[in-house]
Amino acid sequence: MNSDIKSLFKQISILLWKETTLEFRNMNALNSVLLYVFSTVFICYQSFTSIPEISVWNALLWIIIIFSSVNAVSRTFNSEPPARQYYYYQLADPVAIISAKILYNAFFLLALSSLSFGVYSIVLGNHIPLTQLSSFMLVLSIGSIGISSLFTMVSAIASRTGNSMGLISVLGFPIMIPLLITVIRASKLIADGLSWNQYAKYVYAIGGIDLMIIALSVILFPYLWRE
Amino acid sequence: MKKNWWKFIPLFAMAYAIPFAFLGEVSVQTILHETIRNLYFHVTMWFSMMILFIVSFVNSIRYLGSNQLLHDYRAAMYAKTALMFGFIGIFTGMVWANNTWGTPWVNDPQLNGAAITILSYLAYFILRNSVKDEQKKARLSAVYNIFAFALMFVLLGILPRINDSLHPGKGGNPGFGKYDLAPAMRTVFYLSILSWTLIGVWISQIQIRILRIQSKKQ
Repeated sequence: MNSDIKSLFKQISILLWKETTLEFRNMNALNSVLLYVFSTVFICYQSFTSIPEISVWNALLWIIIIFSSVNAVSRTFNSEPPARQYYYYQLADPVAIISAKILYNAFFLLALSSLSFGVYSIVLGNHIPLTQLSSFMLVLSIGSIGISSLFTMVSAIASRTGNSMGLISVLGFPIMIPLLITVIRASKLIADGLSWNQYAKYVYAIGGIDLMIIALSVILFPYLWRE
Repeated sequence: MKKNWWKFIPLFAMAYAIPFAFLGEVSVQTILHETIRNLYFHVTMWFSMMILFIVSFVNSIRYLGSNQLLHDYRAAMYAKTALMFGFIGIFTGMVWANNTWGTPWVNDPQLNGAAITILSYLAYFILRNSVKDEQKKARLSAVYNIFAFALMFVLLGILPRINDSLHPGKGGNPGFGKYDLAPAMRTVFYLSILSWTLIGVWISQIQIRILRIQSKKQ
């Protein structure tokens, strides 16, 4: 049993390393996601110039983050040819494969959403008070972990059908809304400068939803894999 | 005939409950007045929808365990019937909201939850339609059903409790159980839940039978 867990962790770390190497060897995908973020923020800047209203600022930031994440995560299971995926499935445990994908996407989205927040607040102004910055970063991180794991699983489902790009948004957006509502609520309260006690319940709810999504993905992915 | 005796239960129960719902005595509340009669239709519709979604969810789990297509047919058709009940529940709710809150739709966590539930089950049927192979369709849609059901549970069960809601039973508002409902109302209420659920099971069974015949013909 102990050696099983050890080999699982070893597989996860090897797969993570593989994902990272592939990403940096083929910079196209990375660059296109970055370009997507910059151009979306620039379009928002051209249409709004400045946003005095906190709720609009907050909603727009999360919409940018969501769409760039969908763009970034949806290629998870499509970036490699199907034949090579069968090869991985023969070598590795399905739990290791999905865990590595979720971990990689979580790290990727953490970086991507912090970058989006940075660019967005430089161009369109920052409404988060400096004292609240740490709690905002907390919500941003657990929010992007949730979004990344949900879309990793949804893209795993969609990649098994013929037309995956269209299906990812159809399948993903309805079930993402509970997470999105909670995240937007929490960051609005943080931007309004309220204290921890007033938004703690939302942070716990986001954490709970994250754990549930990750647990379900790890349990259900082996069934998707069985062909 | 031996197996069909339960189909008479909704028949007799509805013959009693529907006239009672329109004519019987109700305990009149301040804002609700006579609209409380919608309790027999709107609330019971949502209860039976939840029961049918749970049946569909359980069948999806059983499909993943057994790979029997019958479980997949059951999961899909119970979800379809539940979706129909969801639509009826939303419409009866809009009628009620129009009379008590003044508009058919308000931005309320409970109502949003209902709309999103319907959206995610529509997505479930789009997923089913986009895969041709029977076993593959069954497996993908079972996984999505379990995933969506778990998130829907969060959506309808937890979120309305931490946000403010106008809807009874949520956001600090008492549910109808806290008010003094007349004892006859309670009986009719539970009878309606039972009979709507049984009618839902009946509809789903017919649909499952149609699917099985179609799959045999191919």
